[in-house]
Formats: sequence, structure tokens, C-alpha cells
Amino acid sequence: MTVDKQVERHHKIPGFWQHYIFSTNHKVIGIQYLITAFASALIAAGMAMLIRLEIAWPEHSWPILGTLFPGAFPGGVMRPEVYAALFTMHGTLMVFFFLSAALVGGFGNFLIPLQIGADDMAFPFLNMLSYWVYLTGLLVMLSSFFFSPGGPASAGWTSYPPLSALKTAIAGSDWGQSFWIVGMAFFIISFTMGGLNFVTTVLSMRTRGMHMMRLPLTTWALFTTAAVGILAFPALTAAVVMLFLDRHFGTSFFLPSGLYVAGKLLPNKGGSPLLWQHLFWFLGHPEVYIVMLPAMGFTSDILSTFCRKPIFGYPAMVGSILAIGSLSFIVWGHHMFVSGMNPYLGLFFDITTLIIAVPSAIKTFNWMATLWEAKIQLRTPMLFALAFVSLFVTGGLSGIFLAMAPADIQLHDTYFVISHFHFIMAGASLFGIFAATNFWFPKMFGRMMNETLGKFHFWITFITYYCTFFPMMFLGLHGEMRRLYDPVQYYTMFKSLQPINVFISINAFALGAAQLVFVFNFFWSMLRGEKASANPWNANGLEWTLSSPLPYENWEGNSPEVQRWPYDYSYPGAAKDYLPQVVPEQAAAGNY
Amino acid sequence: MEEIRRMEPIEGIHGLPEQVSAEQFAPSAFSRNRKKLMMWIFIISDALLFGSFLAVYTFERFISPSWPDRWKIFEPGYLAVMTVVLLSSSTFMAVAVEGLKQGKNRRFGFFYAVTILCGIVFLAMQAHEWAHFIGLGARLNTNPWGVPLFSGLFFMITGFHGFHVLTGVLILSFIGVLKLMGKVSDETIELAGMYWSFVDLVWVFILAVIYLL
Amino acid sequence: MKLLKRPLEAWGMFLIFALIVVIGTASFFIKWMPPLASNRISIDQMMNVLFIITGIFFVLVQGLTGYFIWKYSDQNKERSTYIPGSYALEVTWTLGTAIILAVLGIWGVKVWKKTVIQAPPPNALQVEVVAQQFSWSFLYPGPDGVFGKLNPKYISFLNPLGIDPKDSAGKQDVWTKDDLYLPVGKPVVLRIRSLDVVHSFFVPAFRVKQDAVPGMTISTWFIPEKKGKYEIACSQFCGRGHYTMRGTCFVVSNVRFQKELAHLRKEDEGE
Ligand code: HEM
Ligand SMILES: [Cu+2]
Ligand SMILES: [Cu+2]
Repeated sequence: MTVDKQVERHHKIPGFWQHYIFSTNHKVIGIQYLITAFASALIAAGMAMLIRLEIAWPEHSWPILGTLFPGAFPGGVMRPEVYAALFTMHGTLMVFFFLSAALVGGFGNFLIPLQIGADDMAFPFLNMLSYWVYLTGLLVMLSSFFFSPGGPASAGWTSYPPLSALKTAIAGSDWGQSFWIVGMAFFIISFTMGGLNFVTTVLSMRTRGMHMMRLPLTTWALFTTAAVGILAFPALTAAVVMLFLDRHFGTSFFLPSGLYVAGKLLPNKGGSPLLWQHLFWFLGHPEVYIVMLPAMGFTSDILSTFCRKPIFGYPAMVGSILAIGSLSFIVWGHHMFVSGMNPYLGLFFDITTLIIAVPSAIKTFNWMATLWEAKIQLRTPMLFALAFVSLFVTGGLSGIFLAMAPADIQLHDTYFVISHFHFIMAGASLFGIFAATNFWFPKMFGRMMNETLGKFHFWITFITYYCTFFPMMFLGLHGEMRRLYDPVQYYTMFKSLQPINVFISINAFALGAAQLVFVFNFFWSMLRGEKASANPWNANGLEWTLSSPLPYENWEGNSPEVQRWPYDYSYPGAAKDYLPQVVPEQAAAGNY
Repeated sequence: MEEIRRMEPIEGIHGLPEQVSAEQFAPSAFSRNRKKLMMWIFIISDALLFGSFLAVYTFERFISPSWPDRWKIFEPGYLAVMTVVLLSSSTFMAVAVEGLKQGKNRRFGFFYAVTILCGIVFLAMQAHEWAHFIGLGARLNTNPWGVPLFSGLFFMITGFHGFHVLTGVLILSFIGVLKLMGKVSDETIELAGMYWSFVDLVWVFILAVIYLL
Repeated sequence: MKLLKRPLEAWGMFLIFALIVVIGTASFFIKWMPPLASNRISIDQMMNVLFIITGIFFVLVQGLTGYFIWKYSDQNKERSTYIPGSYALEVTWTLGTAIILAVLGIWGVKVWKKTVIQAPPPNALQVEVVAQQFSWSFLYPGPDGVFGKLNPKYISFLNPLGIDPKDSAGKQDVWTKDDLYLPVGKPVVLRIRSLDVVHSFFVPAFRVKQDAVPGMTISTWFIPEKKGKYEIACSQFCGRGHYTMRGTCFVVSNVRFQKELAHLRKEDEGE
């Protein structure tokens, strides 16, 4: 560890392009992923604002929008096609290009090698490729706003054929849907490359002493997510290939005989629209857990850290991550209770869905028990993690309604579903990301995120999130459908609900605006934030034994030796209320 | 320090960190075969892609009121030759890798070349089969045997498999050239061999589902 | 006084969680679902029981979380207690939820069988529902009670559903657009199909929803039990005019129903 060595290390840090742009360093790739994902989240959130504007004041004329986007808002009034394009791209960008990318690509890349004591991912070059393929996919998706005749894809993020397969069925199915397919193909390739890397890395690169039952739950969750992704995405790959063939080569995989569209009888023969739904949801449901699990992992670690107390029931937590991961493959039919599939299959999916609620409940109870008898420190990451638990509970309990097939008859495709998944998937994962960003920010940039701004962002976000999405349950119970451009022009039964929609929209705008605080805080703290010490939260994970910001190479060849699990907070007899994973038993009572 | 040693697990409470033993510091069982591990995972993922396509085939076949009689369409003898060629290439590849491990370079070179040759023969036979069907009027969306879906699925799935074989042949040739230049490790060749066996194995399932059943 | 000495955040969280519990619980006492107008009361019963069960968990879990956050933010304590887990507790809540969910599951199966799987009574009225961008058509069989074949080949301005002119059974079939007449108290089987994309037949007041999938004819049945006018919604996004795809269902007395039918037949012959 002399000067020589340092000089040598200095030489290994590459120049600007290789360091910040075409980097193979997992930390840089993770940050690239994270920032790109935040950018797509902002775009998608902007779309959500327009969606809410339209629902609350349907077909109202907004002269500013008419001037800004004369094509989409002729006379300031949104066209119905634009509405469809907006919710389609909102869903696609949020689910795939924001949540999946930020959680798996962003935090997965950044944290896995650090938490297992590895120097990098198993295949750094593949890792870099994964990011660039992801970025290409995102650009293809976004470019459909500008280059695609007919506008972007408009058949919903679920893209059910025949709507998505027939160019004459809706404007967005002209070329936009093809852009969507290509964008998704890039995304799947990127995710697969990342997933291969993650699974291999966790299985083969753990440092000495880091056996599986000593992994932080974050790594457990990211590992399971990567594995689930690898196993689930092939079904979507097959589906988009077939959709592409149906659209451009006249095949009829998803197109039945006797289609009569736009005044013309189509020559297609024999296919089945339900086949797409099966394939899509075979991925789609696991995808929900792909974005849920990492957030669950973050929450577990953050709760434990700020409770200064071990996570309650670690083996059960690991077991339920694995149970959720594997059960997620046999519940997809709960999205299809009223789709016309064999009703006996409905019974099967009804039961499997209720079974998957058990591990979810276990996790919730364990989080609550972690709070019990703790000495809680309510820092920003902790606040977000606690809010995560609340959102997860609300979303999970509304999920019981949807799991019960007979109740789902009433609730399917209504705002109840929108509310449900904005709590359990969108909201919980979003809050998980906020918690994790606040928590690991010092490791990323060597500075703390501003607490005042962070807490301000938290309170507004938490309150307006509930105010935005909770009332949607009532709309749904009443029967108001999702994806309605104008809920009141034709339906009189939704007229009385319109004040609720106005209330929701006002809160949605506040919610959206609050995110700008986060963006500001992120970049401001990156440059001006208070300098962080190596272990500002007194946490136990391996990543906190390194300096902040992290050195270019994690361990510089001296990989750590792990002595214990990462949850020894307030260990009886230990000198401090935390015991990093590298501290051996004999040294626990001393200084470390 | 005294205190820690004396601490007993509180009754009914588990999860206390165990005492550290030497074997817990053993490196992960996978750490030496990282690339192979990744290859395995990739193969599982790719296998699921083929699995999806074959599941689609089965699904559409069962919802379809009728399905062409494959024995009237395909030539069993021709198929048998294709299959034997592809499957035996896997064996040749295994022999080549074995030779490589034992340092018998000539044996390796011979069987490696035969493997690539088998791949090319298979591709040629498949191209010929396709040309034959296209000549009969079969397209992605129509065919002379009645159910248009059938030819769509046939071309898609065998095409997708053929694409894998083609990739395999290209990879093997590329690695072969590198090997001649001495620029490739034995492990890489072994990995290529794994991929090649996988592609051959998939063929068996395709044969069973599309041609035979 | 010591009790109240807590960081502001703890009070804030306590307040929000309390509000979530109170407002959440209160709002679920309001009847949000439109009043039931069909025989599918078992769905309503299920919803009510679900409200109670999930409501209890909601109050318990959110309430306790809020309370814990407040209680254990007490900074006077020296350290947290080291509690890595407890088999007794974990087994209890795992089994507890598993049993509740198992009971719900069995019940769900029963209701599903009763509402969806069970065959309709043989005397049920048959109506063919045809969805297309962006309207609903309803086809009633002639006095023979048999539908003629539909074939999109024959679709024309005068025959928008494509009733097969060669099929004698279809000669007396009559159809209406957007308005569905049903006799009160009589079981009705809807045979739902679509000409173009996926739609979904949804009448909130009947607790009936069924996708209309092209290439398939999907039946669902129920008994309208209250006279009145109900809006039929399309609940599956089907294109530009999805939001316009509203039909109306008139549940009328049997006499009035026969009259409407006779009226339609006369119109049909008049053509
Ligand atoms: C900024 C806060 C957000 C607001 C105000 C918002 C609002 C909405 C609304 C109103 C809809 C329904 C559109 C319709 O049915 O017509 C919707 C749909 C959707 N949202 Fe969000 N959303 C937000 C964040 C998110 C996030 C973080 C996700 C991530 C998963 C997400 C995923 C989706 C999906 C998948 C759909 C369904 C799209 C479809 O129908 O195809 N949203 N959102
Ligand atoms: Cu699902
Ligand atoms: Cu519709």
C-alpha cells in the first residue's frame, strides 16, 4: 500500500470518454442507468399530467397547449388519439424504462458488487452493452412521437391485438406500434444481458465469508428479480416477434377469421387474440414483481438501519422473496378473469393469486415487527421506506378484491385497478427508489442529499400520492372505466363522480410538481451537498466500509472477509450500536 | 468480549449470527466456472424462448378445428438425415473438445471442422426444404395444405432455429480462425460447444412437436 | 411530558397514518357501488365481506405501523432491543393469513361457480351481442328461438351484422343498435362476440362484465331484477371512439318486451 501502488492505480483510471460515457465500471453504469431512468420518468410523469388534465376537464380548450402542440391539441383541445398515445407511452415508459431500469439497471448495477464484496460485475463489457441497448430502446420509443406516421403506439401498454395488430384499427397502430415493438425488443435484450450478469455475479463472485444467508436483502431481491426477468421475458419476446409478423407479414397468430375492420373484411384466419394476453401476462405479472422485489429489499435494509435493529425474521424474508419470485409465474391469469378464457382456469388463478398474498403478508408483518422495540431515526430514507410499507399494505389489500375472481368481474378495467397498481407497483417501487436514492446517494456522489429538501419532497409526495390514487378506488367501485378520454360526454352514470376527478387531478399536479424538488435536490446535492463520511448512517453493509465517494476500483484487490450477517444493529455487548459485516466476533466489543 | 461469548439465544428468537467456521470462507462453488454459469443461464433463457414458441404452436393447434397431416407434407427420410446430421455434430463437437483437453490438436482440428461442416449441411438441407415448400406455394400466411397458421408457425419456428444454427456455425468458424491464430482460450471453445449442443437439443423438441406429433 | 418529546417527523407520520386509517375506513362505509339490479347478489355479498376483512387488516396494520413509528421514535432509550425474529410469532401470522385466505379462496370458488360456470336455466332468453368499433348491436332470434348464422362476408349497409341470407333460421331474427331490451325477472343469456377488436360488455348495475373477443362467442347469463334504464359500457380500450361506445339497457315488463320485439319484427318486414 505504498506510493507505487497508488500511482499505478491512478494510471488505471481511464479518460473522460471511457470513464463517464463508455464505461465498463458497474458504478458508472448504475448511475447512467439511474439518471436516464429518471429522465424517462419525468417525461412519463408529464404525460400523466396531461392525462389528468383531460380527465378532470374533458375536451376543455387550453389555448397554451393549442399553441405549443397545434397538432395534438387543435384549438387547445386534446384529440382522442393523443390521449390513447399518452396513456400507452406513460405506462410503457414508467413500467419498463423507468422502474425496471432504475431498480435493476440502476441500483442493481451499483449495489450488487459492493454488497457482495466484488470488484465489478462478472462481465463488465456486457454490462456496458446493456446500458447502451437500453438507451437505444428508449430513444426508439420516444422517437415515435416525432417520426412515426400516425403517432406513437396507442393500444395501451398491454398492446392487445387485434387493436395493436391492425393498422386501420387506431392511428397509433399504423407505425407507432412497430416502434413500440422494436423499442421493447431493445429493452428485453438489454434486460437479459443485465440479468445474466447479475445472476452470475451473485452466484460466483461473493467474497470470502459472504454465503447466501449473509446477503443483505437488497441483494437477495435484486438477484431474484434478475432471475425472474430472465425466465419471464422470453414469453414477451416470442409475443412481440409474432405481433410484428402479424403486422407486417400477413400472418394470423393473433388474428382470428372474419375480422371486419374499417369497412373491410380481412383475409386473416384462425389466430387467437387470447394467445397474446396469455403471453403478455406471463411476462406482465412477473414484471410487477420485478419492480416490487428490489423496492422490498431496499425497504428491509433501510428499515433495519434506521431502527438500529436487525430485520425481523431474516430467513422468512429470504423465503418470501423466493416464494414471491416463483409463484409469480403461475398467477398471470388473474388479469384475464373476464377475458373469455376457460372459466375453470379462472378458479386455478384465483387460488394461486391468494397463495401469493401469504408471502407478501409475511413481509409486511416482519417490517412492522422490525419497528417494535426499536429506537427509530426518522431520516429521509426512513420516511420513504415507512411510506413504502403503507402503500404496500393499501395496494396489497385492494389486491385481494382483484384476486377474487367474482369481485374482479365488477372491478376489472376500472379505476380500481389503476388505483391498486399505482399503490402496489408504481407507488411502492417509486417510494423504494426515493428511499434508496436518498440512502445510497453519499456512496454515489460523496455528498449527502439535503435533508430539508428531502423531507419537504417526502411530505408533499406522501400526502398527494394518497390523495391522488386512493379516491380512484371509489371511481372504480362505481364502475368508471380506465382509458376513458371523456368520462362524461356519453356516460351519464359518471357525471356525479366528476368532482372526485377534479380533486384527483389537482393532487396529481401537486404530486408532479413536488418531483421537481427531488430533481433539484438530486443535482444540487450532487454538486453542492454536504460532504459525506464513509459511513454516514452507521450501517453494516460492505459498501459502507469503502470511502465516499467510492474509489474507482472497489477493493483494489483486497476483497473483504465477511464475518457476520448485515443486520447486527444494537448487538448486545458490542461497543457501538452497529457491527459492520467485516468485524469479527472477537473485535465486536472493541473499537471498529 | 466476555459478554458476547456468554450470550445465549433468547428463547424463541432465532437468526443470531452463527459462529464463524473455516469452511464458511471457502469461495463460492461457481467462482471458477463463471462463464459456464452464464452460458447455462443464457441457455435456460433461450430455451424458454423456444418453449414459448412451441407452446404457441400447441395452443394454436388445439384451438384450430383441423390441422394438416404432417406425414403427407414432410419426407420422413429427409428429416431423418437432417436430424442425424445435426445430432451427430454434437457428438463430434464433444469429441473435439475432449481432444482439446487432452492436447491432441489434430484430433481436435478434424472433429471441429466436421462439426462446422455438419452445421452447414443441415442449413443447406433446411434451405432446400424451405425452397421446396415455397415452390409448392407455402408462405407465412398461406399454404396448399389448408390451415394457414400452420405454415406461419412452421416458417417462424424452424426459421428461428435455423437462425440459431447459422449463428452457431458463424461463431464456431470465427473461433476456429482465432484458434488457428492462437488467440482463443480453451474455455471459449468449450462454451461454443455448449451453445452448439443446446441448438441441437432444441431441434429434437422442434422435430417432436412440429413434425411428428 | 416525556411521552410527548418526540421529533416532529414522528408526529407528522402519526398524523398521516391516523388520517389514512380514519378517512380510509370512513369512506368505505359509503355505498360506492351502484345499487344492484340483477341476481348477482353473491358478488355484492362478497364485496361486503371483503370490505370487512380487508378493512380490519387495513386499520390494524396501518394503525399499528403509525403507532409504532410514533412510539419507538422515543429518543430517550439507550438502544434498540436486539430481536432478530420469533418463530412463534411468525408461524402465527403466517398460518393466520393462510387460513383467512384459504377460506376466502374456497368461497371465491363457490361464487365463481355460481355466477360464471353454472349453466343458465333452459328457459333463458337468448340475445346475441355484437360489438364493433364503436357500437353495440343486439340480435334476437325469431319465434323459432334459433339464431341464424352470422358471417362477416355478408356485411353490408342493410345487413351490418352479416346475417347469412341463406340460413333460413336467420330470416326472422331481428336486431337493434345500442338499445338492449330485456324482460324483468327472466334469465337472459348474452352470447357476446366482436367483429373487429376486443371490447368488453359491462353493466355496473348488473355486476356483469365480459370481454367481446373477435373469433369467439362467449356466453354469460344473469337475471335483470329491477325495471329501469341502465347504461352499457365498453370497458376494454378499443380505439379512438372507445369513450363513445355506450349502449342502453331497458329492463321492462314482459308485455312491453314482447311489444318491442313485435315492433322490431314489423319494421324488419317493412324493409
Ligand atoms: C406521477 C404520478 C402518476 C400519475 C398522476 C399517474 C396517473 C395515471 C393515470 C390517470 C392513469 C390512467 C390513464 C387512463 O386509464 O386513462 C395511469 C395509467 C398507468 N400508469 Fe400511471 N401515474 C403516475 C405514475 C405512474 C408510475 C410511477 C407508474 C409505474 C409503474 C405508472 C404506471 C401506469 C400504468 C402501467 C398505467 C396503465 C396504462 C394503460 O392503461 O395502458 N404510473 N397513470
Ligand atoms: Cu398480475
Ligand atoms: Cu371500448
